[in-house]
Amino acid sequence: MTHPPKSSTAPPPAGAAGAAAAPGIPAQPGPPVHPATPVLPAPSGAGVPPARRTAFAEGVERLRAAATTEPGRLRIIGAVLAVLVVAFGAVTAWQTSERSAAADDVLHRSQPLSSGAAGIYRSLADANTAASSGFLAGGQENAASRQRYEKDIRTAAGGLVTAAANAEPGSASEATIARLNRLLPEYKGLIERARTYNRQGYPVGGAYLRYANEKMQKEMLPAAEDLYTTENRRLDADYADATPYPWAAIALGLLALAALGWAQHRMYRRTNRVLNHGLVAATAAATVALLWLVVGHAVARSGLDGSYAHGIRSLNVLHDARIASLKARGNENLSLVARGAETITVDGKPYDAYYYDFDKDMGVLGKGLTEAARLADDQGGTAPVRAAEGSMAVWKQRHAAARDEDENGNYQQALDKVIGAKGATGECFDSVDRSLARAIDHEQAEFQQAAGDGRDAMAGLPAGAAVLAVLAAAGAVAGIGRRLSEYR
Amino acid sequence: MYVRRARASLRGWGGVAAMAVLCALALAFVLLLPCTQRAPQEPARAGQGSATGVQARADGCVDAEAHRQTLAPSGADGPTIEAIKARTGAKRKLVVGVDQNSYRWGYRNPNTEGARLEGFDIDLVHRIAADILGDPDAVQFKAIPTSQRIPAIEDGRVDMVVRTMTITCDRLRQVAFSAPYFKTGQQVLAPKSSPVTGYDGSLAHKKVCTAAGSTAYAKLAADRKDGRLPATTDISATVPNQLDCLVRLQLGEADAVVTDGALAASQAAQDPTVELKGKAFTTEYYGVAMKKDADDLVRRVNRVLVDYRAHGWQTSYDDWLSATLGEDASASEPPAPQYLRGS
Repeated sequence: MTHPPKSSTAPPPAGAAGAAAAPGIPAQPGPPVHPATPVLPAPSGAGVPPARRTAFAEGVERLRAAATTEPGRLRIIGAVLAVLVVAFGAVTAWQTSERSAAADDVLHRSQPLSSGAAGIYRSLADANTAASSGFLAGGQENAASRQRYEKDIRTAAGGLVTAAANAEPGSASEATIARLNRLLPEYKGLIERARTYNRQGYPVGGAYLRYANEKMQKEMLPAAEDLYTTENRRLDADYADATPYPWAAIALGLLALAALGWAQHRMYRRTNRVLNHGLVAATAAATVALLWLVVGHAVARSGLDGSYAHGIRSLNVLHDARIASLKARGNENLSLVARGAETITVDGKPYDAYYYDFDKDMGVLGKGLTEAARLADDQGGTAPVRAAEGSMAVWKQRHAAARDEDENGNYQQALDKVIGAKGATGECFDSVDRSLARAIDHEQAEFQQAAGDGRDAMAGLPAGAAVLAVLAAAGAVAGIGRRLSEYR
Repeated sequence: MYVRRARASLRGWGGVAAMAVLCALALAFVLLLPCTQRAPQEPARAGQGSATGVQARADGCVDAEAHRQTLAPSGADGPTIEAIKARTGAKRKLVVGVDQNSYRWGYRNPNTEGARLEGFDIDLVHRIAADILGDPDAVQFKAIPTSQRIPAIEDGRVDMVVRTMTITCDRLRQVAFSAPYFKTGQQVLAPKSSPVTGYDGSLAHKKVCTAAGSTAYAKLAADRKDGRLPATTDISATVPNQLDCLVRLQLGEADAVVTDGALAASQAAQDPTVELKGKAFTTEYYGVAMKKDADDLVRRVNRVLVDYRAHGWQTSYDDWLSATLGEDASASEPPAPQYLRGS
């Protein structure tokens, strides 16, 4: 507005300025304003030489001149209505397309990446557990546990590639992924050494396994957790972009409707004609657009909020619980590998370090399952969580029995109770893991459903709002034009 | 989590060390005042500080002499042995706590039938069982974790523990020990190609690995402070278990390991490229641990040991340890037993 040289840009702002002035005009009733208006230009004309006037001042002058006649005022009103309605349409299209894009990101980008990161985290923890189970079985490591370990390593490596492809260059995620990429082969090397020594019957194999486990627990899993947290933050940010009310569009819509109403009221007062077809059509189009905007967004918002409350929150809790169960299993195995090689002193009492960690992990698992049960909102979500809770209770019982055997020196019995075929804690762990996988699948589907519904509720809204706004503007211009033609 | 654990254990040992220092001071006063006949020998040792193994306690016990606090041998059956012999059927076995991860001492060899337990400690257990129950295989081995060695004895879960257990004053207060059956001491382990020659100046600029909270670490720290060890020796590498040091050594994260010579030998046996360097620079004794009031069992085990020293000990040594500790067993032979415990 303050750039006078470009006269081509000057008129629209002048119109906008007029638009702001126009609704203000009726406050001082139209026709009898003559005494007031001439007064203002006079001093400015006297004080400033006409040649020095800016384009803006000239525009204002011309508007003011036009406002003195009814056709002039009608032209101004028509222009203002058209601008308001088009602005409403444009802002609606802009804001809703932005939200719709964010909703799409939630569904197709950040959530898959978040669950991908959870997948890396889980498969790393699972690989560590499988490696220790295989180790305990010694030379008789079965094909299943070996395959499970290899598959986990493959999954983690694949997940890292996907995560790397989606990480922004120079971001913290990228650094984390690079670190994990470096640690993974190191870890695998340690495990292979542990295996080799174990097959030869050297106890140093167990030391290698503990070293590999330490690398996993102290460096890799925290890094994977970091990645998971970062991806979750991105997911939260996408949610934050998708759900806020489009206040600007709603306000503009209300303003446009009010302006349309006022124009029709003014026309009715002047002409006693109730309906102006053009303006009525414009009002109808703007009303439809506004309703569509409000209702569509409300539905989308509730869908997205629901997907967060019922999907994401449960998923986070379930992922954490699953990791805790994996860590617990790993520590249970390692306590038998380490055979008390590592102790920890708490309150003056020595504990086996791995049993101590096991108890801690079980605590986390228990809390996670309770929380997951609270968050689960339907049968499909509750049932697997309850099943996991049941398995966990049995696991604890069997673990206590196995630990008794171990602490009493009955190594073989303890081993049978942990990795044996029947009645071992391994069964319980597998069952907890399976139940949690089922619960995660269920919540994932629920998330997909709700978030998809939410996103679909906004589908077509940007384009629809734009078309309706154009129609409304055309209607307003046509309506005013019809009235104007009466002056020719 | 690792740091916290290490710190916690350091704190624990810090307390123990502080107590030991206080006790040592108290004892020094007691010893210096009467100026007894020990005078010529004591000052030299006292100069080496508490870490040499001369850890004194208020009850007059000194770690270097703790191995003498045992009962005279006897073959008489008392209540403990009678209870063991009264076990019937499949339970008629001596219940012994052993290690199963100490290569060549007590370890489960997965490549034997039924993954048999083998090693120097295990041989001794069979010998004791043969003497008490008349059958060397009448043994129920219990692989007890390190932390459970003493509780297992106190709770009666095992009759005895034979598990490379050093006789110390601290432990004597909770359990009874037999006469020593093996002599060992802190020793340096390094790759054969390493320029390290032993516990001396060749450790300058080297990274030395020890178990966290071990006597080896305390000794290293004290000696480095006193200048007996080069100040450039890096002793910051501590691990939860001495065997972890072999891992660090193999991965190039450490240049040398300091631990019990017996356990260092066990490490060397698992890797032909490393060897023991120099002589042991402290003295410790392994004993069989039993319940504090099991006097008859202690006497019986001591009798078995007298016999075992004469016939069997050398064979076991040759079988399990000579490959890494040397053909000459004299450095490992226990001293002639003394039975100074009154009751």
